[in-house]
Amino acid sequence: MGTSFGRGGATTFQQDLQNSDCIMIMGSNMAENHPVGFQWVMEARERGARVIHVDPRFTRTSAMADLHVPIRAGSDIAFLGGIINYILQNDRAFKEYVVNYTNGPVILKDEFQDTEDLDGMFSGWHEDKGGYTFETWQYKGMDLHGAAGQREGESALAEREPFQQREDALENGEPPHMDKTLQDPRCIYQIIKRHYSRYTPEMAAKICGIRPKQLIEVAEALCSNSGRDRTSNIAYSVAWTQHTFGVQMIRAAAIIQLLLGNIGRPGGGIMALRGHASIQGSTDIPTLFNILPGYIPMPHAKAHHNLAHFIESEGAKTGFWGNLDKYTVSLLKAWYGDHATENNEYCFPLLPRISGDHSAYRSAMAAIDGKLKGYFICGENPAVGNANAGLHRRALASLEWLVVRDFHEIESAAFWYDSPEIESGELETEAIPTEVFWMPAAAHTEKDGSFTNTQRLLQWHHKAVEPQGDARSELWFYYHLGKRIKHKIQAQDEPWADAIRWLTWDYPTKGEIEEPDAHMVLREINGWDSEGKALSSYTQLKADGSTVCGCWIYCGCYKDELNQTARRKPHTQQTWVAPEWGWAWPADRRLLYNRASADPDGKPWSARKAYVWWDSVKEQWTGYDVPDFEKTKKPGYVPPSGAKREEAIAGWHPFIMQDDGLGWLFVPNGVVDGPLPTYFEPHESPVKNALYGVQSNPARQVFPRKFNEYNPSPSEQHGDVFPFVLYTYRLTEHHTAGGMSRTVPHLSELQPELFCEVSPELAQLRGLRHGDWATIYNVRAVIEARVMVTSRVQPIRMNGKVLHSVGLPYHWGSRGIVTGDTTNDLLHIALDPNVHIQETKGLTCDIRPGRRPRGKARKTFLDEVRAKAYMETRV
Amino acid sequence: MRDSRPTWPVMRQLESDPLALGAAAQSDTNREWQARTKGVKAVKSVCPYCAVGCGQLLYVKDNKLIQVEGDPDSPISRGRLCPKGAATRTMVQSPTREYKVKYRRPYGTAWEELSLDQAMDMIADRVLKTRRETWLSQEEGKDVNRCEGIASLGGATLDNEENYLMKKLYTALGVVQVENQARI
Repeated sequence: MGTSFGRGGATTFQQDLQNSDCIMIMGSNMAENHPVGFQWVMEARERGARVIHVDPRFTRTSAMADLHVPIRAGSDIAFLGGIINYILQNDRAFKEYVVNYTNGPVILKDEFQDTEDLDGMFSGWHEDKGGYTFETWQYKGMDLHGAAGQREGESALAEREPFQQREDALENGEPPHMDKTLQDPRCIYQIIKRHYSRYTPEMAAKICGIRPKQLIEVAEALCSNSGRDRTSNIAYSVAWTQHTFGVQMIRAAAIIQLLLGNIGRPGGGIMALRGHASIQGSTDIPTLFNILPGYIPMPHAKAHHNLAHFIESEGAKTGFWGNLDKYTVSLLKAWYGDHATENNEYCFPLLPRISGDHSAYRSAMAAIDGKLKGYFICGENPAVGNANAGLHRRALASLEWLVVRDFHEIESAAFWYDSPEIESGELETEAIPTEVFWMPAAAHTEKDGSFTNTQRLLQWHHKAVEPQGDARSELWFYYHLGKRIKHKIQAQDEPWADAIRWLTWDYPTKGEIEEPDAHMVLREINGWDSEGKALSSYTQLKADGSTVCGCWIYCGCYKDELNQTARRKPHTQQTWVAPEWGWAWPADRRLLYNRASADPDGKPWSARKAYVWWDSVKEQWTGYDVPDFEKTKKPGYVPPSGAKREEAIAGWHPFIMQDDGLGWLFVPNGVVDGPLPTYFEPHESPVKNALYGVQSNPARQVFPRKFNEYNPSPSEQHGDVFPFVLYTYRLTEHHTAGGMSRTVPHLSELQPELFCEVSPELAQLRGLRHGDWATIYNVRAVIEARVMVTSRVQPIRMNGKVLHSVGLPYHWGSRGIVTGDTTNDLLHIALDPNVHIQETKGLTCDIRPGRRPRGKARKTFLDEVRAKAYMETRV
Repeated sequence: MRDSRPTWPVMRQLESDPLALGAAAQSDTNREWQARTKGVKAVKSVCPYCAVGCGQLLYVKDNKLIQVEGDPDSPISRGRLCPKGAATRTMVQSPTREYKVKYRRPYGTAWEELSLDQAMDMIADRVLKTRRETWLSQEEGKDVNRCEGIASLGGATLDNEENYLMKKLYTALGVVQVENQARI
């Protein structure tokens, strides 16, 4: 999303789904996993919208859809590529939108070579380093910076200085070489047309295991429900992100929506449906290794020597990322206060530098290798929830110390005496060195704070009761831990002590337990001016150290000294957009890029789809939402030559975070595995890639090592050892690794046991009986589950062969009111190279009737399985 | 107020309650019943499970949470909650929830008791010790100034304010291995 449009968040909000004329839900079981949000899909259907569900399983989402297309798990890009090809071959794109609002007309550098030229590879590949560099993917006469995604500075390939964007690149606000007739063979529109020409309905259907007419029906539904007067929405969740090419799936949806003119318009957009209460918030204000608050990149050892250099290489010359200096300096002022001065680069040198991938999977492996000593786990349960959970349990058992903060003694706290490895004798309690601190956490009912939901909306929750006993909020824990650490280092000679000593850490506390005031933390996130008054917009930020702001995209959430996130005007007393409920980033905009809801002249594309438009009398943008555009910038504004920052964005370019203001059909900078989505098979797949000579995403991250063995695939020897496709999913009654649901009596009763879903055909093939036990296994693990024989899962016919699949929910572990085997033990760690997300959909396994071996027999069984797969046994 | 006419349920149903969901279903006993939330303070909150962001009303009586219901004012959820959201009260009052710090010493075979204050102090000591022992000033000739030996996991179930303090403190400590459920 970030790389295509400029911001890494859902482009629209759930209530806007009611305005859609067609909704395609793909990579999501919305009715079961986001049931209350699904009411807006139902509203749309009541108004006559077409609802389509594309998913391997027939679920309650499918039951409520007009059309269900059961594709093979992991084949989504073939399906989406087929839709793109249908749009382009049949000339169904919304041309006026594509020509003015996207980079479709832009001519690419002569050096660019497509997968059509290189059998699945793009130009810029470095075989020795296993990755791409971006030089050849640039516009002719203009290098781009990219609003999001991985910059070259962060790439493992960054051996040289990141390239510089030329200041004079944009001419009158537009890239220097364009063909607005879209005919030039080197223009992006034509390159995309050629790239997807082999994704014919027949080819896509063959890969997905469906009939060509099913693909055509979906493509036609989207095309006929897009244009001036109609809009379509695409909704997805983790079944898209959890692949070795997950980012490319979302990119493919972005291309469809840009070609059909559905971004920035009511009823259009891409609705990302996320699974945790504040998962969007924990990305915006990141507990992530690669970014600082507001998507400012973490400084990189090889690329960022000082502040000026950081701003120069990471900031764009044009677009709102041209203000990176203001955002960064204001953040440093929030963290280092009066210590941050112009003379010391506002303490920028104090920040630690990253030098590659420091994601949780790397940390777990570092623990096993003895490099990671201490670990904090707050409200997460990797011993159940993370891919290849067995590897994570071994990581926990290799630490010096571990802090687990939760409501319950979850599996990640009990691993040292209660785990499959203890049961099988592979690990022994007395031999595990880890010192464990289990700390009771306070619930949302026991603390003040804000969640950011799936539509970028911050909503404040008020404390209702005091936490009991030792239970404390994370706000309390980290504030008081920081206090103690600051106090202790006064007396000791610490490395890099000023980074801690100078940190601003004075928040007022309340009550007997000295709970920090969450309002005051939010106020720091919002920021204040040189007089100490709360800021109202990020446009007020300055690079001279006079403004303070902890997260620039949240600037405005404490406008007028009021906690805007706590606003709760009933929806019945305001418009359907409900602008006075909570606060949405950025700048309280509910529907992003909404300048695109008007035509280039600023008039609504149609009366039916009016949302934000230019009021020529008042000379400003107006409408139902906060305009996602400078309020008084005229639709016909032509930037003067040499214009910088947002002044360089033309009045008809709606994607103001991008350096050219355009929606990116083709991404010249930011996606490390290619500028255009290309079909690859999952890392473990029982079939060969029918489209290219390259089997799997060449840039994916793999970790072949002990405890993370991979099943052989068909191109390898004994690829038929694990003939079935394995995928995982969630249930309505449970929440991720179960810490908040297997501990709840009601929910445990509703959904007591782990089960696997298999088709009647697979049940017959393997002798599985409904309600009995089955054992599911691969080289990593063996688990047992109750058998659910159901025609909701269908075998797929491919190349004359029948391909079966096994579906497994993943919520169970050994603790809680209801227990069961941990599905994620079967998963491997193979990651998307952009976002380091694991592949949990589309792996391989085998299944047999009966319960799994227990005790030491478990290890013996797995040793035999590995021997059969011609793998070495674990030592 | 009861009237003096015959009070057969079927009569009441025919007269004024064709669906038999109101007066026709009432008896002398249940006529006096009231919702347990009547007159009780409702605190405005948000569901802690998925990211839809449903509004919740937390009913608190005598400093105890007695009921959690959907907030009809919310433009997103319009009063609805799913099975998980509706189980929120039981989630925070779960019979398996614990409220005391627990400690397992290295190679230990059982949990031990520890005061919150002592646990906080021990954790602070371990952070500083590991930071000192695993401090990396340079890597391949470039300044990195980070702590290699500490990592953190979690955040998507927490508040923005909490994530902010976590990232701020970790970054000051030089801890870069900070991760959450965004990838799960």
